[in-house]
Amino acid sequence: MKDKNSGMTLIVKTVTRWTVLLIMLYGFYITFFGHLGPGGGFAGGIIVVLSFIHIILAYGKDFVVKKINENIAGILETTGGLLFLTIAILGLFTGIFFKDFLGKGKVFSIFSAGIILPANIAIMIKVGFGMLSAFLCLILFSSQQEENKKKE
Amino acid sequence: MIVTFFIILPLFAAFVNAIFGRIFRLFSDIFINIINFILLILSFVILYQINTNQNNIFVYKIGGWEIPYGISLVVDFYSVFMLLIVNIITFFVGIYSISYMQKYTEKWGFYSLFELMLAGMNGVIISGDLFNIFVFLEVASIASYALVAFGTEKDELEAAFKYIVLGSISTSFILLAIILSYGYTSTLNLADISNVAKMSNNYIVKITLFLFLIGFGIKSAIVPLHWWLPDAHPSAPAPISAMLSGLLIKTLGIYLIVRFVFNIFLVDIKILNILSYLGIFSMIVGVILALYQWDYKRLLAYHSISQVGYIFLGIGLATPLGLLGGLFHLLNHSVFKSLLFLTSGALEYNFSTRNLKNYYYVSKTMPKTTFSAVIGSFSIAGIPPFNGFWSKLIILFACIQSKNIIFGLVVILVSVLTLASFLKVLKYGFYRENNYSEKENNLFLVKKNIKEVPFFMQFSMISLAILCIILGIIIYPEVKQILISKTVEIIYNGDLYRNLVIK
Amino acid sequence: MFKYLAYILCLTLFFVGLYGIIVKKNLFKIIISFIIMENALNLFFILLGYRKSATFPIFLKNIEQTNIVDPVPQALVLTSIVIGLSVTILMVAIALRIYEKYKTFDITEIKNLKG
Repeated sequence: MKDKNSGMTLIVKTVTRWTVLLIMLYGFYITFFGHLGPGGGFAGGIIVVLSFIHIILAYGKDFVVKKINENIAGILETTGGLLFLTIAILGLFTGIFFKDFLGKGKVFSIFSAGIILPANIAIMIKVGFGMLSAFLCLILFSSQQEENKKKE
Repeated sequence: MIVTFFIILPLFAAFVNAIFGRIFRLFSDIFINIINFILLILSFVILYQINTNQNNIFVYKIGGWEIPYGISLVVDFYSVFMLLIVNIITFFVGIYSISYMQKYTEKWGFYSLFELMLAGMNGVIISGDLFNIFVFLEVASIASYALVAFGTEKDELEAAFKYIVLGSISTSFILLAIILSYGYTSTLNLADISNVAKMSNNYIVKITLFLFLIGFGIKSAIVPLHWWLPDAHPSAPAPISAMLSGLLIKTLGIYLIVRFVFNIFLVDIKILNILSYLGIFSMIVGVILALYQWDYKRLLAYHSISQVGYIFLGIGLATPLGLLGGLFHLLNHSVFKSLLFLTSGALEYNFSTRNLKNYYYVSKTMPKTTFSAVIGSFSIAGIPPFNGFWSKLIILFACIQSKNIIFGLVVILVSVLTLASFLKVLKYGFYRENNYSEKENNLFLVKKNIKEVPFFMQFSMISLAILCIILGIIIYPEVKQILISKTVEIIYNGDLYRNLVIK
Repeated sequence: MFKYLAYILCLTLFFVGLYGIIVKKNLFKIIISFIIMENALNLFFILLGYRKSATFPIFLKNIEQTNIVDPVPQALVLTSIVIGLSVTILMVAIALRIYEKYKTFDITEIKNLKG
């Protein structure tokens, strides 16, 4: 067997290449329609991060870590949290904390239901990158342990 | 309006620090302490405002939703009292951490978790919604689990795992109680729950209260549920030990127990006496286990159990005097226990050991640390001019007033044992007689390079020591009126909270 | 009795989890017991919001919905799932670190702290 970090076979890689974008798109759909149907930021964020995890499993960790290491994922996660807090504070400027400052809009259109949509997006970033950074940390930690074992 | 900043500012600080603290090393030191200072000022401002306010209460409806439907933030005198304690101690601990945390890598992570814990505690205190309390409680707890494991050495990890398992059992019980209470009352607002719960004598209400008591009892380390504390508190870095012992067990445990028992479920006094019996057990068990410890921080952790027993004894008596004593002791304990943990951190900083037998010559090389440790020890043991004496005296009077002479005797006995234990600490830890000749001893000191700790650590220790002396003045009627009497009134007249929130 | 069967099963599951946490010696079995306990509570909460022959609490075009289940527990359970997830991740991370230091998952061999 080859090195574990270089990923799985060609078939898996090809299938992954075809499906990953679909998975991510589905995650975005769940997020952006969270105020109209079932779903929302948390479910959408988890699905989006599943696509990243899919890539990690198929192509090996080095492929992803080169582009997004756990530091960048952490910073992006924090940005999501900050975004959510900003939405709440913007309400404070119009009078009340978490005040709905966007208005209800037309029912059943995407830009309706006030701050729920931006809040969902913020939660998606927070949850998605939070899960990704947790996953990356666990992977990096276990591979580090294996290296230590080899040295011994 | 000002109420929301107690949640916004720490959360904002945690997130911003997690971005910029990674990049600039000095950023987190300065930024976090500025935020803590603003919070300290805000808590005094809110004390002033609530005293001038007509109804003596602030009800803030988040998002503008009316009370049974939306989440509300409620600040009454009891909340302000707790906010003051939390933000004062946090400010001094934050300054202490500037120097102390220098030896750890990833200081920004420490500060972010620190601020998250603060946000959780402030949120628990000012929230008026049951599930919101649960969420903030979990935020504070998760941050504290991570902070206990911060050193990532053998002991820290083991303690953190014990702590996290016990903590999750306790939060599971709290969640179960919340589910039952929602199923019974169909509301999550605390005042509204109290509206429904006071009418009924249903068994579900009793089960719910029992489950809440188990959950919060684990958090506050009352005696049959105490055994995680002596592992978890000493293993954390010293500033965090101070936060955990001084604040976390009080906000997540005692504050919520008192709020739920007195203001929401309006329990009768006979059941409350169980709390005072548990308090008595905690006092005795904690102090006896503390007597033979040689690990300084572990000794302090056992004393935390014992002192929490005092608070529960005072509260469980359920007379105005007993409540006054309990709350006053809560305030005092958070000051002197934080101070003592900080001094233990100062010793650990120089000697890198926690064993009392390994400290030499401390009183000569570190006079300021010794000064604050002496004041802290005398306060906790109840030597007259210091604050610990006054609160123990009030609890003693409350025991005698409610004709529990045996409780009073136990209070005195435990106080004497505490004094004995801290005399041991002072003798071995600080005023150790040297076995070497004078010359060799100097060589030893030079070799170990022992000197007084950095300025920031001295500053917060001495400030807390001075606070220990000043807090004795709360016994004077004018100060008592502003700070603590109205808190006692709110707790003692259980209905008052509900009537103020729902007008 | 039959009416409450679902609730009783949930509580049984809760106590199975509690039993696992108290009795089991392997770190990961403890973690899995915690997950069982958490999920039993979430299930219990969801079931409390159920009403007889009711539908989901979502507005749809052209359909008048009169009888819907209680939406509050669903929102709260989502929050508690997130909390449970983060606690679980933290537990796993600490357990892995413990394995690195002690080379074992058995809690009877992890006993540095005593007294």
